[in-house]
Amino acid sequence: MEKKFFQTSIKDSLFTGLIALALFGPIVGLRTVAKNEVLEVHPKWLIVLIIVIVCAVGRFLTNLYVYNRDQKTGIQSSIGKSISNFLDTKGYQIALTAIIFSVIFPFLPFTDRYLMDIAIMMLTYIMLGWGLNIVIGLAGLLDLGYVAFYAVGAYSYALFAIHFGWSFWICLPIAGIFAAMFGVLLGFPVLRLRGDYLAIVTLAFGEMIRILLLNWYQLTKGPDGLTGIPRPSFFGLPFKSFPDEGEQTFHTFFGVEYDPMQRIIFLYYLILVLALITNLFTIKIRRLPIGRAWEALREDEIACKSLGVNPRNTKLTAFAIGAMFGGFAGSFFATRQAFISPESFTFIESAIIVAIVVLGGMGSQTGVVLATVFLIGLIEVFRDFESYRMIAFGGAMVLIMIFRPRGILATRKPTITLEKSSSK
Amino acid sequence: MLSISNVETFYGNIQALRGVNVKVNSGEIVSLIGSNGAGKSTLLMTISGVNKAATGEIKFDDKNIESLPPHDIVNLGISQVPEGRRIFSRLSVEDNLRLGASSNDKGKNFDNDVKDVYDLFPVLKDRLNQRGGTLSGGEQQMLAIGRALMAKPKMLLLDEPSLGIAPKLVNQIFVAIKNINKEKKVTIFLVEQNAKKALELADRGYVLVNGNVTLEGTGQDLLKNKDIQAAYLEGGGKK
Repeated sequence: MEKKFFQTSIKDSLFTGLIALALFGPIVGLRTVAKNEVLEVHPKWLIVLIIVIVCAVGRFLTNLYVYNRDQKTGIQSSIGKSISNFLDTKGYQIALTAIIFSVIFPFLPFTDRYLMDIAIMMLTYIMLGWGLNIVIGLAGLLDLGYVAFYAVGAYSYALFAIHFGWSFWICLPIAGIFAAMFGVLLGFPVLRLRGDYLAIVTLAFGEMIRILLLNWYQLTKGPDGLTGIPRPSFFGLPFKSFPDEGEQTFHTFFGVEYDPMQRIIFLYYLILVLALITNLFTIKIRRLPIGRAWEALREDEIACKSLGVNPRNTKLTAFAIGAMFGGFAGSFFATRQAFISPESFTFIESAIIVAIVVLGGMGSQTGVVLATVFLIGLIEVFRDFESYRMIAFGGAMVLIMIFRPRGILATRKPTITLEKSSSK
Repeated sequence: MLSISNVETFYGNIQALRGVNVKVNSGEIVSLIGSNGAGKSTLLMTISGVNKAATGEIKFDDKNIESLPPHDIVNLGISQVPEGRRIFSRLSVEDNLRLGASSNDKGKNFDNDVKDVYDLFPVLKDRLNQRGGTLSGGEQQMLAIGRALMAKPKMLLLDEPSLGIAPKLVNQIFVAIKNINKEKKVTIFLVEQNAKKALELADRGYVLVNGNVTLEGTGQDLLKNKDIQAAYLEGGGKK
C-alpha cells in the first residue's frame, strides 16, 4: 500500500514535470533577441530546468504531505484548523485589536509615507472586497466585472467635482447612486443567468465600461484621463501649504505647522471609515429580510421562489448595493489620485478583487482582510524584484489553493451551536 | 378552492402535462399519486408558478393564477413544500423559518407565528441555531413544512414528504399533515409515491399517468380499486 502510493506519487510528479516543460519550454526557454535586424533565438534551458524541477519536486511533496490521506496530521488540516479555531474562539478580540491598530497606525513611530500609502491601498482593496462580498459571498452571484462600478464611481465623482465644483461629501453619495444605477443596468440582462454564463457577461460588462470610458472623448477625455480632480477638504478646510488671501486652511484653523502628511492621514482615516461602514452595513443587513433572502438565493433559487421571495428584486438589490460600495471606493480613489484614466480600471483589477474574496473564503469578512494583506502585501514586499513579483503573486495563489482550497477562512461563522446534540 | 383545467406544461419540447384537470375543495386533503415521471411534481410546480403552464387555466379562489409569478401566488395563500425539501443548508433553522415568512408581512409577527410551528414540530425549537444541513432527513422535512406554514397559507402543496425518510418519521409527518388540515384548517394537496399512506389520509385522490389524470375518486375507493392495487400497492401494501 505504502509502496504503491509512493510509486504513483513519483509517476504523477514526473508527469507534472513534463507539463511544466511543455509550458515553460517555449514561454521561458526560447527568448528572441533582435540582432543586426535579424531575430535570433537565445535558449535559456537552465532556467527551464530549474522551473521543471521545482514543479516536479513541489508536486511530489504536496502528494506526500498534503494529499496523502493516510497521514492524518497533514500540514493542510493542522494549519487550517488552527487558523480557523483561533479565529473562531478569538474572533471578536482579533477584530477589535485590528480596528484599534488601524486607528493608531498613522501615529506609530515606524509609520512613514510609504507605509501609509500601502495601508491606504490595502484599505481600498479591503473595501472593494467587502463590497464585492455582498454580491459574491452573500448573493452567490459571481461578478467578474466589479471594477466597472469602481470606474463609474471614480468618473462620476471626478466629473461632478471638476465641472460643478461640488465638495467630496456631496459627490460621494452621487457617485454611489450612479454606480448603483449601473449595477441595476448590469443586473437586468443577467437575471436569468447563473454560474459560468453570469461570470462571462459580467466580465464583458466590465470591459464595456472601460472601452466606453476610453472612447467617449468629449466626456471622459479618453486615454488622456481626467486631471485636476479636487482634493478632499477637512469639512471645508483644504489642505494647502499657502492659503489664499483670507482663506482658512486645515493648518491655520488648528494653528499647527503645515505638513503634507496631514492630508495623507486624513485620506487614511477617510478610507478606514468608508471601509468600516461597508463592513458594518454587511453585518447588519445579513440579519434583515433582504440579506437573508440574498443568502437563501445563493443556496437554492427554486426554494426561494416557492417561499415567495422575489428573485428579480433580490438579485437587483444585491447588484445595486454591491455596486454602490464599489462606487464609494471609486470616488475615494479619484480624490486620492487627483488623476484617473481608463488604465486604472482594467480586468486585472476585477481579477484581484475577486481573488481577494475567493481566497479569503467567500462570505467571510475577516477572510477578505487576511487575503488583502496577504496578496497586496506580497506584491509590495516583492516590489524590488520587479516582474518576478507577479510570480510571487501566482505562487501565493497556488499555495492557498493547495492548502486552503475553499479560502483562507473556508467556513464563515454561522450561528451554530452543535456538538452536544450529535449523539443521535 | 383550487381548480385546474386542461393544463399543459412543457420542458422545452417535452410535454410533461397533457391536459390535466384537478379540483381541490376548501378544507380537503387531496392526494395525487403516480409513478416516477408521471408529472406529479411538474403539476405542483405549475400551480406554484415556478413552471409556467403553456395552455389551460388554474383558478384559486376564483382568481386566475396561471400567469402570476411565484411570489404573488404565495401571497395569495398557496405555499409549497418542494420535492427533496430544499432546505437552505448553510443557513440556520431560524433563518430558514424566517425566510418562510418572506411574503407574510416580511415576518413582523415571526415570534407569534413560529409558535404554531413549534407546536407541530417541537424538535425544531431545540435546533433553532443549528444549520439546516445538519438536521436529519425527517427533521429537514419538518423544517420544510414549518417553513411553508410561516407564510400562513390557506393551501399547502406537499411534494413527496416521505421521500428518503425513516418509516417511523414518515408516520409522524403524516400525522402532522392531518393536524395541519384539521386544526389549522389548511387545505392540503399532497403528491406522493407512497400511494397507500397518501390515499389513507386523503378525502379524495387522483392518479396521474404520463401527464394525464386516469382515475379519480375518494381515497377509500381508490384504495380498493383493482388497477391501483396492481400498479401502486402490490408490495407497497406489505411493507
